[in-house]
Amino acid sequence: MKPNPPVTLSLAQQHGLSEEEYNRILAILGRVPTYPELGVFSVMWSEHCCYKNSIAHLKTLPRKGPRTLVEAGEENAGLVDIGHGLAVAFKIESHNHPCAVEPYQGAATGVGGIMRDIFTMGARPIASLDSLHFGPLDNARNRFLMDGVVRGVGDYGNCLGIPTVAGETIFHDGYSTNPIVNCMAVGVVKKDRIASATAEGEGNTVIIYGSRTGRDGIHGATFASEEISEESEAKRSSVQVGDPFAEKLLLEATLELVKSGVLVGVQDMGAAGITCSSAEMAARGKSGISINLDNVPLREKHMSAYEILLSESQERMLAVVYQGRIEEAEAILDRWEILHERIGSVTNDGKMRVSFQGSEVCDIPAWELALGGGAPVYHREARRPAILDEYNDADLTPYRLDRNWNVALSQLLASPNICDKGFITGQYDSTVRTNTVLGPGGDAALLWIKETTLGLAMTTDCNPRFVYLNPRRGTALAVAEAARNVSCTGAEPIAITNCLNFGNPYKPESFYFFQEAVAGMGEACRILGTPVTGGNVSFYNESEETSILPTPVIGMIGLMEDVDHAVRSHFQKEGDVVILLGKTKADLGGSEYLWHLYDVLAGDAPELDLELEKRTQFVLRKAINSGWVRSAHDCSEGGLAVALAECCLLDPEHPIGSKINIKPGNLTVADLLFAESASRIIISCPAELKDEILNLAEFMEVPAEIIGEVGGDRLVIADWIDLSVNELIHIYYQALPNYFHNIAIAQ
Amino acid sequence: MTFGIVVFPGSNCDHDVYWGLKKELGQNVRFIWHRQRDLEGSDVVVLPGGFAHGDYLRAGAIARFSPIMESVVEHARQGRPVIGICNGFQILTEIGLLPGALLRNESLRFAHGLVRLAVQRTDTMFTRQFLLGQIIEMPIAHGQGRYYAPPQILEELEAAKQVLFRYCDVCGQAASEANPNGSTNAIAGLCNAQGNVIGMMPHPERRMNQRLGGIDGQLLFLSVAQSVSGL
Repeated sequence: MKPNPPVTLSLAQQHGLSEEEYNRILAILGRVPTYPELGVFSVMWSEHCCYKNSIAHLKTLPRKGPRTLVEAGEENAGLVDIGHGLAVAFKIESHNHPCAVEPYQGAATGVGGIMRDIFTMGARPIASLDSLHFGPLDNARNRFLMDGVVRGVGDYGNCLGIPTVAGETIFHDGYSTNPIVNCMAVGVVKKDRIASATAEGEGNTVIIYGSRTGRDGIHGATFASEEISEESEAKRSSVQVGDPFAEKLLLEATLELVKSGVLVGVQDMGAAGITCSSAEMAARGKSGISINLDNVPLREKHMSAYEILLSESQERMLAVVYQGRIEEAEAILDRWEILHERIGSVTNDGKMRVSFQGSEVCDIPAWELALGGGAPVYHREARRPAILDEYNDADLTPYRLDRNWNVALSQLLASPNICDKGFITGQYDSTVRTNTVLGPGGDAALLWIKETTLGLAMTTDCNPRFVYLNPRRGTALAVAEAARNVSCTGAEPIAITNCLNFGNPYKPESFYFFQEAVAGMGEACRILGTPVTGGNVSFYNESEETSILPTPVIGMIGLMEDVDHAVRSHFQKEGDVVILLGKTKADLGGSEYLWHLYDVLAGDAPELDLELEKRTQFVLRKAINSGWVRSAHDCSEGGLAVALAECCLLDPEHPIGSKINIKPGNLTVADLLFAESASRIIISCPAELKDEILNLAEFMEVPAEIIGEVGGDRLVIADWIDLSVNELIHIYYQALPNYFHNIAIAQ
Repeated sequence: MTFGIVVFPGSNCDHDVYWGLKKELGQNVRFIWHRQRDLEGSDVVVLPGGFAHGDYLRAGAIARFSPIMESVVEHARQGRPVIGICNGFQILTEIGLLPGALLRNESLRFAHGLVRLAVQRTDTMFTRQFLLGQIIEMPIAHGQGRYYAPPQILEELEAAKQVLFRYCDVCGQAASEANPNGSTNAIAGLCNAQGNVIGMMPHPERRMNQRLGGIDGQLLFLSVAQSVSGL
């Protein structure tokens, strides 16, 4: 074992701490920190653990609602009441930086980490979602990244037996060196069996259980708080290796421990390992914690205190067990053949004390380390990039000229952002656990909660182009779209989680996007009544050459009382009437049409009237739950024409055409067909029920018009589009495999 | 009569089978932990899907050594029914209760999706409630589901009519587009020569409720229940 280096300001700076922060550490301790203490402060005060640059903004978000049981930040995941004595725990988290260097393990451990956040609350995970963003697939590196990430997400969830039911995959140049990989997990818990991540009660025993501690992932949290560069490759050892089988045992054993009532609290070891879990548990319980590292089961010999404290080896848990019940806990862990060790106890001095080989290596007030405690909070400078005005004011007239609309629609259906993602979702088990009523490919997934009639809908959404052009409205649009997708199944949106993927917060023009995005999210959530129950921030998603588009991914859940009322996205029956809820406007800015056909990212994000959005979704849900609606599909990427095509082809075994009659009015045909105006939904219904829907819409002051009829084997839209559905199916379903295998597509 | 579901630490379809049998079909069901040696009076043994011991080596390769497997083999020798689904099928081939092996899918990727199966026989204890040639739908979810057997064994099991389910297209034909993993002779499920051990890659327990897409899986479990209770 190498001797510890002397702790100096320059060493602190190498750990990513500023001079100001280092001086605060000196003041807190009243002395120079030990080397392990420096490591502890550096990870606990990294953005990843304490949200120092973002928390001031996150606190402005609406975090309370009638169903919220814990507030954002209080526990490992958000928790909402769904009635019947049940609650839903859910959260989304990024694993972008690990995936940039080691996509398979990066993605796998991303799934593993978020699953642990769910079952540490006592909840059994029931679903997994993934929001993925890659660079274009004509680049071999991007294909390698996508392939690895998809295999990683799939293998981990498949083995664990948690269905991956929904998500999105978006391609844009900005993600080339910085893929965005956000994993969301959803779990269900009986309200009287919720576990807490707290350490309380002097003398209670602290145990570690799960995998051994190795040298993998040391400084993962600090790594995630830097820009990706050449040196990142050299930090490959910062990426942890996942073991889903070990996780499965942890999951079952943890739920059994919670059920048995032996636990005071439990927390998974994610970023910053033992350090973060023990400090946070102590801070939450307003207690202290004393740990002896000599008892931690190790994978390798000669590990130092510093390494043990900072290791991010996966599939490990820290638990506090009631005095007198330790044998009971150990018997449960033995049955699952899980390694466990008593490593310390809860104290009442508020300190995190760590001993190793007979000496005390850490003695830090736990509160000073934690978010909401002594961790630093910064207000970063934000400045609107001047180029945004140029984009917003761009003249889009040249792109509105008449063209062959059949060709335009065919090309859009083959866009990687629009086409079928079965190549990806087909690698995920989406039906294990036998709850999946609606799986991947529709607007939102819908799961049946057994022993009840409840349906739980879930989705992730974000259109990063809109966020780039107008971060505030773009993020509100992401919330609105997520809610709309949930509503399209018939479920009522009840809460969100979020994963905020942005660039370097120390660059004012980059931070502007973050600040505006949070404001937009807050506005939308307040009006739509969906509190923010938790989330995750990932900064520094940029490299020397590229920066990602600002990507605030919204993960939303919704509830429906009777899951049998759910409807699908696509047309069901010949002769049904097609109704468009909402109104198309000249919202071509930021559209897939401009991007895919003209390589242009310009204009402004579509207009959004949140009150109208709310009323529109109410009309939709009311109509669905009254049994008037046969199908409902959100109209978003690619506009009305693409949404109509999807309604015809989303069940390729039973394709069905439609004849649509719409008039442009003041709009150009390009806008009418491809503008991505918000708050629009295509529904189909039996002819005899159309008036019910139109009357309800009129009463609620929601625009609604009959635009056509379901039937035939062609999609016909006025004089502009006339294509066979079988042709559309071929284009839509072949596109992604072709892109992935780099087969040129005739334009 | 009682169904016994063997639970390995990495089983993940055990609860799905339990739910389907208990709640949808009203059968008696119990879980049997893999370290036990006693099948606790189970009349039908089910080896469910999952990743028994992580399956990092080869699916089912370690599970065959679990203590309970001796009793499962004995149960099978007595001519009593054993059902292996997905990982359970893999374990049954590893331990030699069924011929052949399950290789990695031809695509070298995990494959999930709905497949069609053509019912090949209706005179077995597992298929008596199906119609001959009936086309049924079930999900698959596996990385190693490509059935393989050496030509001679293949010939034998075809001659003995041991294949119970084949992947098929909408017309009931074994077209290559309908074969999701490259299985030889489109074999999706087969039984041993005695006809009391069945292994299949598709998941009948995921087709037990109309709300979840269909009830084709019920017929398999009802068939075996009927056979055991001698009705």
